[in-house]
Amino acid sequence: MIPLSWYLYLSALLFSIGLFGVLVRRNAIAILLGVELMLNAVNINLVAFWRYGNTVSMAGQVFAIIVFAVAAAEVAVGLSLIYSVYRRNNTVIADDLDLMKW
Amino acid sequence: MDASQVIFILSAALIIASAVMVVTTGNLIHAALWLIASLFGVAILYAVLEAGFLAVVQVVVYIGAIAIMFIFAVMLTRKEMRDKGPQVNSSWPVAAVLGLLTFGGIWVIFSKWDGLGKLPAEIAGGSNATLNQLGVALTSPDAFVLPFEVASVLLLAALIGSVYIAMNKK
Repeated sequence: MIPLSWYLYLSALLFSIGLFGVLVRRNAIAILLGVELMLNAVNINLVAFWRYGNTVSMAGQVFAIIVFAVAAAEVAVGLSLIYSVYRRNNTVIADDLDLMKW
Repeated sequence: MDASQVIFILSAALIIASAVMVVTTGNLIHAALWLIASLFGVAILYAVLEAGFLAVVQVVVYIGAIAIMFIFAVMLTRKEMRDKGPQVNSSWPVAAVLGLLTFGGIWVIFSKWDGLGKLPAEIAGGSNATLNQLGVALTSPDAFVLPFEVASVLLLAALIGSVYIAMNKK
């Protein structure tokens, strides 16, 4: 039997690694990869709390499915934005995209 | 230590090691492939948690669609892969401290909570019953039919929006 804390600590660690990736990466696609890691950490938490809480109510799993849908939408729009920026500016390096920097 | 704990430790090691490779490796195609390994570890955890449907959805949607889309995007913008510049920006020590602080803060919050050692109860009717309950919950007006339909509208909006954004208007 696995205690609940194992899942919580694992997802906290995965979330921190994803946050680090979002903050340090220069390539915009790599930043989105970090966001995916963070979303997965959240999903592990949701499903773990469903399993260790009330399994008759399916709220935890339904919430995880909504997160799946939001992640798919985020990746589709985010990657097409990056591709559009790449065609216009010929770069996907986040530091170089300073058009709106004052 | 029983079998489920061994499976958990192995898949957790897979998840964390691949996640570290995702944020540190220089080649973006390799980063996307490491992301697939990490997502697969998460799918194993869903199976350990007796959420079989979510494990399958994780493999089909995340690995089959999202990770492949990342690989396409890396290939479409591949001029950047030939750039020999650093893949991380100059403020990475600050980011490392922030990441550690986040983990430490969550750790402190968890350590004050007394439900940490909780063990899973038996699922009434076995894990096959939960799939049935999930289908009912997603389509029943008493439960989650409204968020379910809103999610489908969101996906449609994302589909049309991404086609419009990526379209070449010339």
